Amino acid sequence: MTDIIQKVKNLSIGFRSKKGDEILILKNISTNIKKGETVGIVGESGSGKSTLALAMMGYVKHGLYTIGGECQFNSLNLLKMKSKDLEKIRGRKIAMIPQNAGQALTPNLKIGYQIDEALQLHSDLDEKEREKKISELLNKVRLPSPETIALRYPHELSGGQQQRVAVAMALAGTPDLLLLDEPTTGLDVTTQAHVLELLNFIAKDTGTSMVYVSHDLGAIAQVSDRIIVMYSGEIVLEGPSRDILKRPIHPYTHGLLKSIPKLSLAGLPESMPGSQPQPGTIQSGCSFFDRCNFSDDNCKNNSPQLEFLKDLNTSVRCFNYEKLVNESQASQTINKIKNKSQDKEILNLSEVSISYAKQKLLDQIFNRISDDNPTVKDININIKKGETIALVGESGSGKSTILKSIAGLLRTKDGLIRFDENRNLSSDLKERDPNDLRIIQLIFQNPDESLNPNHTVEEIIAQPLKLYFGLKGEELKKNIIDLLQKVRLGEFYTSRYPRQLSGGEKQRVAVARAFAAKPDIILCDEVTSALDVSVQAAVLNLLQQLKEDFGTTYIFVSHDLAVVRAISDRVAVLYQGRLCEVGPSNDVYKFPSHPYTEVLLGAVLEPDPDIKPKLVAEDIVEERPPEKGCSFQGRCSRIIGDICKKEIPPWQLTDSGNAIRCHIPIKELQKEQF
Amino acid sequence: MKLDSIYKEEKKSAFAKLSEIIITMASRPSGLIGLSILVFHIILAFISPYIAPHDFKAIDPTLMLQAPSAQYWFGTDDLGRDVFTRTILGGRTALTITFFGSLIALLWGGLLGIFCGLVGGKIDDVVMRIVDAFLSIPWILAMLLIVSLLGTSTEVLIPALGFFYGKGIVRVARAATHDVIAKDFIVSARARGHSNFSIIWNEIIPNVRDAILVEGAMRWSWMLLGFSSLSFLGFGVSPPTPDWGLMISNARGLMSFAYWAVIAPIVGLSSLIIGINLTADAFAKALGIDRSTKAPV
Repeated sequence: MTDIIQKVKNLSIGFRSKKGDEILILKNISTNIKKGETVGIVGESGSGKSTLALAMMGYVKHGLYTIGGECQFNSLNLLKMKSKDLEKIRGRKIAMIPQNAGQALTPNLKIGYQIDEALQLHSDLDEKEREKKISELLNKVRLPSPETIALRYPHELSGGQQQRVAVAMALAGTPDLLLLDEPTTGLDVTTQAHVLELLNFIAKDTGTSMVYVSHDLGAIAQVSDRIIVMYSGEIVLEGPSRDILKRPIHPYTHGLLKSIPKLSLAGLPESMPGSQPQPGTIQSGCSFFDRCNFSDDNCKNNSPQLEFLKDLNTSVRCFNYEKLVNESQASQTINKIKNKSQDKEILNLSEVSISYAKQKLLDQIFNRISDDNPTVKDININIKKGETIALVGESGSGKSTILKSIAGLLRTKDGLIRFDENRNLSSDLKERDPNDLRIIQLIFQNPDESLNPNHTVEEIIAQPLKLYFGLKGEELKKNIIDLLQKVRLGEFYTSRYPRQLSGGEKQRVAVARAFAAKPDIILCDEVTSALDVSVQAAVLNLLQQLKEDFGTTYIFVSHDLAVVRAISDRVAVLYQGRLCEVGPSNDVYKFPSHPYTEVLLGAVLEPDPDIKPKLVAEDIVEERPPEKGCSFQGRCSRIIGDICKKEIPPWQLTDSGNAIRCHIPIKELQKEQF
Repeated sequence: MKLDSIYKEEKKSAFAKLSEIIITMASRPSGLIGLSILVFHIILAFISPYIAPHDFKAIDPTLMLQAPSAQYWFGTDDLGRDVFTRTILGGRTALTITFFGSLIALLWGGLLGIFCGLVGGKIDDVVMRIVDAFLSIPWILAMLLIVSLLGTSTEVLIPALGFFYGKGIVRVARAATHDVIAKDFIVSARARGHSNFSIIWNEIIPNVRDAILVEGAMRWSWMLLGFSSLSFLGFGVSPPTPDWGLMISNARGLMSFAYWAVIAPIVGLSSLIIGINLTADAFAKALGIDRSTKAPV
């Protein structure tokens, strides 16, 4: 039993409500972390996964307190230790890698100095040895030229590089246990795949145990040996990661895996109804009862216990798991999307360029923008009525910028935006008339920010109705309730404030507000990326349903290729504000494709231990698009010579009508790289 | 934690909201003390003319500098006037002038700050530089100039104080607006084509109101101190109107043998300032703005 490094025993953490009731965030958790093992903790927001990870380093968030149980690290109960003793363990024995490294690093200290500080605290090396160790650590996390990186400030590094520095700092004390709290969540797909690969390498190389907390089953599948699934403060399923991903025997995990869109499947995944109960609201019975497809009366009245199944080497908290044992995960049902896209063109972008460059005084006077190398250049897209087109790319690819220009929030440098074949939309918001504004509506990424926290749901949805249609009184109220029912929220929600709603409900309100204007085009800016996986599928299904009812056109921006695959008819791939590939989504996801599309597709993480990401290009971040030639020349692994650096590549058409902008002939692109 | 209230909260009337805030304020000892002091002073200001035992301007040379007695509770001053009467009446002027002064400061400072924060660009630059320029002028000198030109009537003092104490509110309102302005619900309102006025009224004010109100409450106590300093220097209200600053100024030379004449107005002034400060702090906490926010440990 000596190989157990962290032992959590009957741990309960909670807070006291105003009335004095104890409300549990973690309910009687017991688990062990073995030496050299990587354990993934997965769950929706509010499931208690971060609280558990923090407890493993003897930390309980302000406002919470330990109700019972212990966290033993090398037979020391961390939760009872004094902070002075804990200091000796934290950093040296147990290290933590935060979600947002950019915020965890001190902005005004150089990288080398910050790692040195960690070394001074957590090791006994002298100055010379420390210097050597710093470059050793930076080498280990595969940062290019460690000597120069050490002299830089955090803001001079990209998000992925910052996360690597955070890993290096955590490794400074050669810890036995690494806690990672959503370490790749804020990163681009390609960067995320690289960081996960690095973590895998470090786990093997140093033999450190890792606890990887994430909501993303795709990321968890890549790193962990064992998976703990949490729901509403309880462990509902625990076992070897392959078994859990291939044959989830708890209904929650089963549904969760089904609701994740996959690259290999077009169409919308099945959604899970409902949302996780708020802490303290479950009185009796299974906490997953109301969302479960397998539940019966027994589940309603009695709470299931975590049961260890010897032959499966898995623990499960469910009465009816046997029903699921024989069912394989592959039976994913897909709601095929049927879009009646017409030939009529609804929006046309021609030669659109957008620049963020600061205007010179002369240009300001003549009210013009001069920039030879604008952020977004030469965008030509034709959007048909009733179609869903997706703009895909990493952060900085200009996809949201284009969206803002269509909405009139950002002035274009050149080019025309034409609506309905004949009406030119001004790129200046003030020059558009109310009807021009009404036909294009936006839905934002984060519903916490897109809904005014001081307005009720009724007031939020009333705004476009009052503004565009001048509705008042009874009629207004009737319309609001009508809209709420369309997004599957009842009348009951009218008097609620956004903070009283769950993430999915908030996004539904935002969808209702967009549809209130009766728009022709809806711009969706990463609408599902702030939502939990189980909610994401429901929102995607809702959007599809509304589209079929109203015949709306969607312009969908996302970095998640699997989500895009699920909902869109056509995909446009962007790199550095230039189009790389445009085509029907079925074709874009097949060969041949643009080298950049290949990179993006290769980096997608799927919740399947057999599908490993293919890392083609380096995850370098380019600040500005190149002056001449192909926009992707800096990272392209298939570069064919000088022509890529000098000439802008031509559009090439494949047989299926897929347009690729590359110098490599289509036939050559057909060949897979791997 | 406020679990029940979070799950079951419904839209409330303004009165219900206000009473809830006051109850939350009073549930904290410091808030309760602050509120009690403030309410005591306000009630006193209303009823003092009716309960004053003596005439505040009755000069009687025979009663000069009498020690506290049954008839003259706080003694008399150098002109034989009753100190108790003058003390309870002295709060009236100060409270009225500074209350309306703060209102003016809140209005112009808050609205200008929100406007600058919203429009940004050149207009914001120019306005903020002007505000900065005013911030660099010692306000008491500027006040002296205004008072010596226009006199010391209430009609002059209220707007002048309101102007000088509003400058700081401009900055606070502008910063609070900047916090809100980048949020998507403002972008969304803009994209829908709402007017600037509608965005300010519907989207910004509900979100910055609390921060500005708290700042205004703090300014109230500073203005009280500032106003009393003016009186102390002889540029506030003119005698024989009873006023704490004036009373302190008159009696401070006689402190060594007639301490009573100076202690009463000092206690009055400082208790009111402490009361307003504690109330403002409790108000901020009740609204969820913690002025002494610590980093999460």
